[in-house]
Amino acid sequence: MSILVNRETRLLVQGITGREGEFHSTAMLEYGTSIVAGVTPGKGGQSALDGRVPVFDTVAEAVEQTGANATCIFVPAAFAPDAMLEASAARVPLIVCITEGVPALDMLRVSHVLRASGARLIGPNCPGMTSVDEAKVGIIPGNIHARGPVGLVSRSGTLTYEVVQAMTDAGMGQTTCVGIGGDPIIGTNFIDILDMFNQDPETEAIVMIGEIGGEEEEKAAAFCAREVRKPMAAFIAGRTAPPGRRMGHAGAIISSGGEGTAESKRVALEEAGVRVADSPSHIPQLLRDAGVR
Amino acid sequence: MKLQEYRSKEILARHGVPLLSGQTATTPEEARAAAADLGGAVVIKAQVLVGGRGKAGGVKLASSPDEAEQVAREIIGLDIKGTAVKTVLVAPAADIAREYYLGLILDRASKAITIIASAEGGVEIEETAKTNPDAILNLPLHPLIGLQEHEVRRVAFFLGLPADLRKDFATVLRGLYAAFMESDADLAEVNPLVVTDDGRLLALDAKIVLDDSALSRHPDLEAMRDLNEEEPSEIAAREAGISFIKLDGSIGCMVNGAGLAMTTMDLVKLAGGEPANFLDIGGGAKQDKVTAAFKIILDDPNVKAILINIFGGITRGDEVARGIVEARAALTRDVPMVVRIVGTNSEEAKPILAEANLITAESLDDAAAKAVAAAGGAA
Repeated sequence: MSILVNRETRLLVQGITGREGEFHSTAMLEYGTSIVAGVTPGKGGQSALDGRVPVFDTVAEAVEQTGANATCIFVPAAFAPDAMLEASAARVPLIVCITEGVPALDMLRVSHVLRASGARLIGPNCPGMTSVDEAKVGIIPGNIHARGPVGLVSRSGTLTYEVVQAMTDAGMGQTTCVGIGGDPIIGTNFIDILDMFNQDPETEAIVMIGEIGGEEEEKAAAFCAREVRKPMAAFIAGRTAPPGRRMGHAGAIISSGGEGTAESKRVALEEAGVRVADSPSHIPQLLRDAGVR
Repeated sequence: MKLQEYRSKEILARHGVPLLSGQTATTPEEARAAAADLGGAVVIKAQVLVGGRGKAGGVKLASSPDEAEQVAREIIGLDIKGTAVKTVLVAPAADIAREYYLGLILDRASKAITIIASAEGGVEIEETAKTNPDAILNLPLHPLIGLQEHEVRRVAFFLGLPADLRKDFATVLRGLYAAFMESDADLAEVNPLVVTDDGRLLALDAKIVLDDSALSRHPDLEAMRDLNEEEPSEIAAREAGISFIKLDGSIGCMVNGAGLAMTTMDLVKLAGGEPANFLDIGGGAKQDKVTAAFKIILDDPNVKAILINIFGGITRGDEVARGIVEARAALTRDVPMVVRIVGTNSEEAKPILAEANLITAESLDDAAAKAVAAAGGAA
């Protein structure tokens, strides 16, 4: 088992003929993901990835003809809100938006509509997810994973890779690794994913990678204390970040009033019984200390 | 992006928010002329983006053009938390009977634009939140239908506004909401919103913070950016498409990805050093960006060593290594460099880095320790 994506995932890629879309679709296909369709308006009837994937003009058509049940969005920020809404209108149940730089007001409206439609949105501004040896949706390098008992959820991109690599190097494999995105308004938060891992029988332990800004880690800590009985380890990036400055990610900012610090998140997690690492490399050991094999 | 008070007021005035618009001045003489033009008592306010300007002596009253000139002379050039005042706003003074706080924020938790209101105006809302949280109203608005009449009424009643000012208050709140939506703001705040002795409702101070992700569709607002308040290195970085924030330490950092960049800084600190900057070079780590990043980092004379941490997922490590070596060869100032490249083709990267005399590291912890040592040991 795993969460969100697996061998049953029939993936559609919006923006498959663009530079990023094509590059990452090729990598997803090589990983073993079943990509059943691409969508680029105006290029319907053509094919992508050396003839391996049919291209459609609209998401509705692609879903109707291929039975796609998930989409990965690679379109530029100006068009991403519309792409998410199109996927939701075509009743795609899982929408993964990689695009960075989507305006927050657009995301307020989009996330409201998607929630009402019942679609699950991951991102935007996220690296996607990998269910190890089953399916990879997004841009996480496939070769850093090894199959194993740990589920991982993160707000970051390359920091996620860093942690996954450290775990794999230490002989600690993963079920699913999910990047939920670094923007202030995202479709799926830590608690949603923690809940899925908590219920996934194959996931025996959970790693959570947070960063400064907002209070999602604190809320997640309260959820962990209440619901999660699996061993957990965490890392929070941004202990040295100054207040009032946006640290690259649109959502990574300590307010001038001092909310959203790494310290506040660390304290909340530790009080909830989560082991918090000083360095990503310490995570495998913290999990072993908690009894993970 | 934060806007200066006078810019924020321009936007609010366009949306019908009642305020006493003044004139900006960059010299004492201009301030005198503005005061003479406005007539009567004026308030002279430093235009800086940092908070606490009142306490720092950046806001003063003047009862005549002579006094305005003298006060402006004191304020222009004044150092407020590291920013030298270049511009002042000269505005008519108001006789304040009551002060309120009124703001709109993009609230991440409720995924809604939220009204924040308090009858305790004139102090920072964060302060009120600590001392008297019950005095604050938080009212999230529906993302699709927006501000409704009943919400306007609710805020007016919560603030206990005089009945004859409720209509004016609706104009203020509607204008503030329209300004927020049309400029793609993260925050739009009037503090204080005042009732004057003669019974007028006025926005005496205003602050708008814009969503950086939406700036590309607002070239008119982008033009309001105050370059005077940004580090020259941060301006250069933005132009090069690099995410950069200057800090006070001695170890320059060049990393791909924001989360990993923060982590790299944290580990430098953990190893006993101090990071000189946050720098996310973005995807690809192409040579032109590496060159620009080196230049930006080395412009800071405090930098004694550079730590380069690249997780080559998409990017090939050997290409990054060659880019680093070539970019370094063109530098005018050189410092010890510790390079850690992981991921795709990282093995091929090693001989390239070793040949160029760069210090290499396997793990991030090791890289941080080596960078601290190269910069002359723990701070």
